[in-house]
Amino acid sequence: MPSRAAVDGPDVPAWTDAPRGGHAPPRGDRRFWRHLRRNRIAVGSLVVLGGLSLVCAVAPLIAPYDFDAIDLAAIREPPTAEHWLGTDDLGRDLLTRMLYGGRISILIGLVAASLGTGLGSLLGAVAGYYGGRVEEVLMRFTDVMYSIPTLPLLIVLAAIAPGGAGSIALTIGALSWMGPARIVRGEVLRIRALEYIEAARALGLGSGRIIARHVLPNVVGPIVVAGTLTVGEAIIVESSLSFLGLGVQPPTPTWGNMLMDAQSTMATAPWLSIFPGFAILVVVLAVNFLGDGLRDAVDPRSGS
Amino acid sequence: MARYVARRVFQMIPLLFGISIVIFALTRAMPGDPRDVCAGRGPHISQDVCDRLIERFGLDEPLPVQYVLWLRAALEGDLGISYLSYRPVSELIVERLPATVELMGSAFLLAAILAFGLGVFSAVRHNTWFDHLGAGFSFLGIAMPVFWFGLILQMVFAVWLGWLPVSGRMTVGDGSFFDRLLHLVLPATVLSLRFVAGWSRHLRSSMIEVLRADFVRTARAKGLSERVVVWGHALRNALIPVVSVMALDLAGLFSGAVITETIFAWPGIGRMFVQAMFQRDYPVLMGILLMGSTMVVVFNLVADVVYGLLDPRIRDRYA
Repeated sequence: MPSRAAVDGPDVPAWTDAPRGGHAPPRGDRRFWRHLRRNRIAVGSLVVLGGLSLVCAVAPLIAPYDFDAIDLAAIREPPTAEHWLGTDDLGRDLLTRMLYGGRISILIGLVAASLGTGLGSLLGAVAGYYGGRVEEVLMRFTDVMYSIPTLPLLIVLAAIAPGGAGSIALTIGALSWMGPARIVRGEVLRIRALEYIEAARALGLGSGRIIARHVLPNVVGPIVVAGTLTVGEAIIVESSLSFLGLGVQPPTPTWGNMLMDAQSTMATAPWLSIFPGFAILVVVLAVNFLGDGLRDAVDPRSGS
Repeated sequence: MARYVARRVFQMIPLLFGISIVIFALTRAMPGDPRDVCAGRGPHISQDVCDRLIERFGLDEPLPVQYVLWLRAALEGDLGISYLSYRPVSELIVERLPATVELMGSAFLLAAILAFGLGVFSAVRHNTWFDHLGAGFSFLGIAMPVFWFGLILQMVFAVWLGWLPVSGRMTVGDGSFFDRLLHLVLPATVLSLRFVAGWSRHLRSSMIEVLRADFVRTARAKGLSERVVVWGHALRNALIPVVSVMALDLAGLFSGAVITETIFAWPGIGRMFVQAMFQRDYPVLMGILLMGSTMVVVFNLVADVVYGLLDPRIRDRYA
């Protein structure tokens, strides 16, 4: 989120305000918050996401059971008072596993999206700012990576280097920079042509400094929007990998690998399939609503 | 138009080169390249075959030479030999490809028809309950995990209601058109959902913009019926930006096919890919990845041509 400090960095001379007016007016953040607060769906999504993340984060404190506590006397029980969401093939409490699983799924989504968005923003900014051959090479590389279907590529990478949650988050992140790179490049191309950048260059500032201090802060809005939507994508990709049995390995639960386990008992114990999938749906839906709300708040003209 | 197409084909070449380099790099990063195989890891092959493989792929030469040899083999259709069945990978792919094309093609068609209908009606009835319902559906469709949607449909329509077959491409010993169609319904629906949701949103906003354009007013003023104006004049123009979105989504369609085929035991290359992964059959994995990427690039070319057909301005600018 563009805080005051990020939008009006202390080192930006006052004269930068005028030519920049169109896309980042002074106190733009206040208008931003007003817009976001008025969007009830976005606020609701933020509350849902915050609540779910919090509950999952403190899973060890509040979960009623151990996530790998096997109870062979209570196998595949439908939801009851003792087991609110029922139990699985080994009599493990589904609610507990959902909480622990959510912790990993959400964390992987956040880490992968931060990495992908960071990487993409950097590449997009460099490509857009320098132009010429640098841009040509970087954007053609982006096209190449866009053309290779992501999920099969991830499957191949998981085959070469199988690993835990950390390496899966890094791999997904390393493959989700293309969208943000394209968006940021487009924005930077626009900003590069503005007068205050020319002024900064005339003052003799280095390119790195101009990109970091004067270009990127003005692209924060689109970056945050792209990053938010990437979180949703990353959670879906992680759960798809886990569903195929290539993601985080059991006994560590994630929503994806719980669904993989549930597949075979779908007819007799449907709750095992319904709850984890529903959790993924709710989180991704909330993330996307939030991203959409952020987009409207960053640029009110984009809404219809 | 011919010059426009020629130009597009020419631009495709560096892209294919880039893809082949990435995939070649992955192939060499994998365990189980021919040298590993010859050293006794992987399937047993004779020293004689080993020497021939090393010779053919120049495995004692520097990497650039290896790349050229690998690329030449790939262009000749030689994607290596499966570690499991000892059959050429290209042969295995050709065998399974029709099933995948059938699934992806029907899903694409279904998605296009539904998205066009939904997008156009949402734009025409802009800000009515229908439009809002469409928006809700789109958000739901985009956030829905493919495999979960597949499992739920399987559970409801195949297991509980018994209306449709649970999985497979046809009933053994049947294989009539109707039987195949019944088998296709669930997988095609599951695979298309995400694209119906995405494309209809794009078409809606592009359509709203086009409906405000002067030429639409002119068409109405000429006394053309609303149906001709909307579905003829406006839709054709509104489709232009949507076609490029549809082309970009082709890679996603292939990714989706991998999961959909796995859930519904659909005997295509997506399912073969997942099986190859578990059997560590690396040549099959890389062959399918290469083929899938090439397919995406080629269909992007097709999209570019469609783009040119829809919009003469683009065609002329690049001719």
